[in-house]
Amino acid sequence: MISYDIVVIGGGPAGLAAAIEARNYGVKKILVLERDKELGGILQQCIHNGFGLHIFKEELTGPEYAERFITELKSLKIDYKINTMVLTITKDKTIHAVNPKDGYMVIQAKAIVLAMGCRERTAGAISIPGTRPSGVFTAGTAQRYINVEGYMVGRRVVILGSGDIGLIMARRMTLEGAKVLCVVELMPFSGGLTRNIVQCLNDFDIPLYLSHTVTNIKGKDRVEGVTIARVDENRLPIPGTEIDYDCDTLLLSIGLIPENELTVKAGAQIDMRTNGPVVNESMETTISGVFACGNVVHVHDLVDFVTEESRRAGRSAAKYVQKKLVEDGNEFKIEALNGISYIIPQTVRIDNVDKSLDLYLRVRNVYDRVKLVIKADQETIKEINKRHMAPGEMEHIVLSKDLLQEKSFERLTIEVKEGI
Amino acid sequence: MNKQELICINCPIGCHLEVTKTDQGLKVSGNQCKRGEIYAVNEITAPSRVLTSTVRVNSSFLRRLPVRTNKPIPKSMIFQAMEIIDKIVVNTPITIGDVITDNLMRTGVDLIASRSLSE
Repeated sequence: MISYDIVVIGGGPAGLAAAIEARNYGVKKILVLERDKELGGILQQCIHNGFGLHIFKEELTGPEYAERFITELKSLKIDYKINTMVLTITKDKTIHAVNPKDGYMVIQAKAIVLAMGCRERTAGAISIPGTRPSGVFTAGTAQRYINVEGYMVGRRVVILGSGDIGLIMARRMTLEGAKVLCVVELMPFSGGLTRNIVQCLNDFDIPLYLSHTVTNIKGKDRVEGVTIARVDENRLPIPGTEIDYDCDTLLLSIGLIPENELTVKAGAQIDMRTNGPVVNESMETTISGVFACGNVVHVHDLVDFVTEESRRAGRSAAKYVQKKLVEDGNEFKIEALNGISYIIPQTVRIDNVDKSLDLYLRVRNVYDRVKLVIKADQETIKEINKRHMAPGEMEHIVLSKDLLQEKSFERLTIEVKEGI
Repeated sequence: MNKQELICINCPIGCHLEVTKTDQGLKVSGNQCKRGEIYAVNEITAPSRVLTSTVRVNSSFLRRLPVRTNKPIPKSMIFQAMEIIDKIVVNTPITIGDVITDNLMRTGVDLIASRSLSE
């Protein structure tokens, strides 16, 4: 059997950062397993710029951001295997994987870092009425066809969903000569970053229809048109508001789902709100020594935050291998209350917190001039004024260890307080 | 054009800005900080963008090489630049940052490779 100190599953931004950080913390035997033909993950097809503003203070393209980490991984002589599919991982941290060169492998690890990322929700997930012709793509699939494979996917395009990939593809397809007729969003607000609405839609006069959805797809072999309609407050189409578009392509940018088949099979607890594993302050799942980071835990909007989170996971995995991670001691739970859809991490062992605890959360609605109220059991320990919050923009909160150690408590809650 | 509306992209607040042409120059309102004013004036007087795209590449590994301009180019020249980029074919090996086309449309801006490709 092959054995390693740390095996990282996934060679995208999360896996790369975790592996590099673990090496920098003194772990020698590290292996990264990647199923694609090269490292870098989805960044390789994200050819637009805007990556790295927080980490490098520069605006890089996806491939540039990836290459910095790939170069570092190689210079640190960290082992990696490409074209390698992990089939299963077990509670005792053996990994079953297969690739064309090594065949079937069983690898024993002291610690595992899960960094499998996420995948797109497809047409099947939202049951659009109408026929099932070719020409319906998820935005990321279209992105891969155009940017990596060099195929144009269509000429007249409607995009459903205003997630960032949809917005980015509206611009990309326009630049490549397609006519993007509109972007249609079910919710009354966009799920994408403001920057992308301005630079991808407004720059090219592409209309964004909020509170609208696609109600029909027409065409037998190829998409010939779609119908959109306004929706009411229950997100149901309002009869009489339909607009028909002649188009040959429908792109879907309707959300991302963390890819956790391996995590579930290994027996780690999943949070129904994030669709990712429950993690503690060290990004450790409910299986001791199995860590997770990046979009497999919760879907991020900026890769910079993936990098930060993954460094924490890599550092923690290193500490685990070196037996420096405190496995018992005081623990408290973190819960999302009014207005918050989720908070990462879900549990905290205070002994493993360095100087401060980083929390990442998303709100359910667009809020202006509100407070985030943080309570330890029933007592308010901190209030943060927020000028603006939106579901599309992840919030980052830092709590000092001193604040958390004043009293012992079991439950930390965060809620949105309106009307201030 | 005496009045133009913009959304500021400097931070997540996304202020709705209004730029008015007056005899004293451009007047920006709706911004909550100084950065909004600078952004609005730039957007009205000389809007520019970093352009990213791909070019064809003779490679056994990839069919397209991602490229970008090394500095922003005027927004008005973006489609003209795309026509030039459309015709480019490059050969490997390529190192990240290699100049693919220098002085694109005499803007003083170079088109560079945004990844390395050995074969």
